[in-house]
Amino acid sequence: MQSQSPFAILIKVVLLGAIDAVAVWAGIELVLSANYSMLAVLVVGTGLLNALVLSKKAYPFRYMAPALVFLFGMVVYPILYTGYVSLTNLQTGNLLPKHMVIETFENRFVLAEDAEQFTYSAFVDEGDGMALVLESETTGERLLYENGDTGPLDMDDPRLTLDDEGTVTGLLGYEPANKYAISSRLDALSIPFGDYVLRHSLFKFSKNTKQYSFDESSDTLTDLTTGAVYSPIEGTFTSEDGTELEPGFQAWIGFRNFGVLFSNAALRKDFGRVFAWTIVWSLFSVFLSFSLGLGLALLLNDRKLRARVIYRTLLIVPYVMPVFISALVWRGMFNTQFGIINRLFNDLFGVTFRWLDTPMLARGVLIFINVWLSFPYMMLISLGALQSIPGQLYEAARVDGAGMFRRFSKVTLPLLMISLAPLLIGSFAFAFNNFTLIYLVTAGRPAVLGAASPAGATDILISWTYRIAFQGGSGNQLGLASAVSILIFVMIGTMSAIGFRFTKRLEEVYK
Amino acid sequence: MSKQLPAKRTKQLRAVGYWTGRFGRRFVRHFLLWIALAFALFPVLWIFSASINPTSSLNTQQFIPDRITWDHYRSLFTDPTYPFVTWLLNTLKVAGITAVGTVILCALSGYSFSRFHFRGRRVGLLAMLLVQMFPQMLAMVALFLLLRSIGDIVPALGLNTHLGLVMVYLGGAMGFNTWLVKGYFDTVPRSLEESAMVDGATPFQAFWRIMLPLVRPILAVILMIQFMTSYAEYILASILLRGTDQYTLAVGMRFFTEQAFNRRWGPFAAGAIVGGVTFLFLFLPFQRLIVSGLTQGAVKE
Repeated sequence: MQSQSPFAILIKVVLLGAIDAVAVWAGIELVLSANYSMLAVLVVGTGLLNALVLSKKAYPFRYMAPALVFLFGMVVYPILYTGYVSLTNLQTGNLLPKHMVIETFENRFVLAEDAEQFTYSAFVDEGDGMALVLESETTGERLLYENGDTGPLDMDDPRLTLDDEGTVTGLLGYEPANKYAISSRLDALSIPFGDYVLRHSLFKFSKNTKQYSFDESSDTLTDLTTGAVYSPIEGTFTSEDGTELEPGFQAWIGFRNFGVLFSNAALRKDFGRVFAWTIVWSLFSVFLSFSLGLGLALLLNDRKLRARVIYRTLLIVPYVMPVFISALVWRGMFNTQFGIINRLFNDLFGVTFRWLDTPMLARGVLIFINVWLSFPYMMLISLGALQSIPGQLYEAARVDGAGMFRRFSKVTLPLLMISLAPLLIGSFAFAFNNFTLIYLVTAGRPAVLGAASPAGATDILISWTYRIAFQGGSGNQLGLASAVSILIFVMIGTMSAIGFRFTKRLEEVYK
Repeated sequence: MSKQLPAKRTKQLRAVGYWTGRFGRRFVRHFLLWIALAFALFPVLWIFSASINPTSSLNTQQFIPDRITWDHYRSLFTDPTYPFVTWLLNTLKVAGITAVGTVILCALSGYSFSRFHFRGRRVGLLAMLLVQMFPQMLAMVALFLLLRSIGDIVPALGLNTHLGLVMVYLGGAMGFNTWLVKGYFDTVPRSLEESAMVDGATPFQAFWRIMLPLVRPILAVILMIQFMTSYAEYILASILLRGTDQYTLAVGMRFFTEQAFNRRWGPFAAGAIVGGVTFLFLFLPFQRLIVSGLTQGAVKE
């Protein structure tokens, strides 16, 4: 290996030093904010970077490091993380980590029994400073709250301005404040007052007491007003009689999400229906578009055919339109009230159909659109494969007296299948996950009555996942959605394995 | 011929021969192809007709408009209710950065897999292939949560940012394209860079000056395929981009269909044509490369 110039080495060392300095600074920040998972990423990342630059052995990795960073960060890690989320109860109502939820509960207050109330005058300075003079309506006791500190009001404080009745009207260094203007700041205050806190509501401060206290050793939350004890059960604080507190927190719930998919009768029904339609949809899409594509390829597979190139070029137009555009165009054309398809049907036969609102029709329409979208691809791969079949085979078949159909079924099709089968399995997997088309044409609709989850009649597994995660009527069930994702991963993995074996077996045939 | 067929029978045979004979077969062939053409092109022609139709409504559109108007196209650039131009520029930006980034990163990693021998090379290649089997979009929930927490620390890379989306796309493109580049580098003889290094080039110079120009064709294909994939990607963009002004075209076009699809049909059609034609223009110069790439996979020598 060529030795580097001193200048290059200098640049390298300076740059690396600068990066390390930034990393140390960021590391201190992360330690202070107790963000240990990010800290781990930082330490490992910086360590690897240093190793890459300084070690000669790591030279090849310098070239692939950027690619690997993205591959791990944006593919491998998310896949593993999906697995993790699928084992949690992450969903609307259980979005925050436990310590934050406990903090929320500890900041909940209830009015004290004597409901002592305080009137107040408020003062603000030019910055964030705020002072309050509070006076109890029951005892007449007066307090001064100033920027976080509270104490009895010292009437001899030289900063005070009093009017004739002894009401405080001014405080040196502060301006009297408009209570409306600072009401949100007042609402956020909790002023300690003995065993109690003073909280703002309706232009008074009232004596409040903490509602909950958390005991770390027994991991329980106690309602101080009722004495009820809540223990954390699967991400929700639950009392012995089964009362649950909201919000819950993120918690590990094992395979519960998977269990629910199979044990909950309504959800199992949704899952079954969506799964069955996903299979039907993928099979029919691939079979029909391949049949059409192959048919056209046979028509075009004649060098003497006039305008062959023009036909081919024009026929691949559907393939070169972005799917998000063609899907929306077709959706407009199948519009029940205004679409051209219904206008044609009306003019020709005097009938119209509710294409996208009737479950069976909507499914048919989707398959039809997908055939339109993918037959050109099938045509192209079939043309390629047809041209590779040696002509002597046909001559031999003809000599043996095979007719056109026999030649096709005994020579063409088997030979085509050898090279195309892996591609067809790939197309099947693609249709299996063709979210864009389904979502842009029907968005999974029409809705199914009595469904336990947002699963419409045309939802395939991946659009169902999307709707569970981001669109559910009952909130975002991220844990459940991830569980469905994992199931799809397993199915796709199986398909790929089958595809792989197929290819391998075919390669053996060729040897 | 010893036996004569009756005249009537000959006539019948001739009639059949007309349809099954060379001319007849050719006629049927062209006829079927014309039907296929109508099927393939009708939506495209229909949407083009809608974009130049004076009416902007679905139900009054005529296939051949009485008069041609370019108003719908103009409204795309002027109507403030749909920031179409912003969407188009966002798309070109996201797709452009992703495509260039993919080419650079995969050229580097493909080269190292092709040329260097190091521990874990085989395992790394296999792992890449394995990872590529699992579509990245299935991890949508995790990607959403990941970008949300990245955004808490570096807002420019979080949810609703183009750079965040580009990072996600780059990740998804690495495995497959590294393989493509690696395969292409494998076909370039080793002696070329060896002689460069004998002449005093550093390994990186040999890579950059000698090798990279030699694999330009595959880099062009990757650039185009990646550009088109990102251009048309919908699901991740719709999850990760949340503000109307950040939308890419794929997410934004849905706006036309969300409400009053009937009345917005004209502007929608114009938008579809602009979006489609932009895509097509980028595709056409590379059509041959891409199609031959497709068929290469299909044909086994």
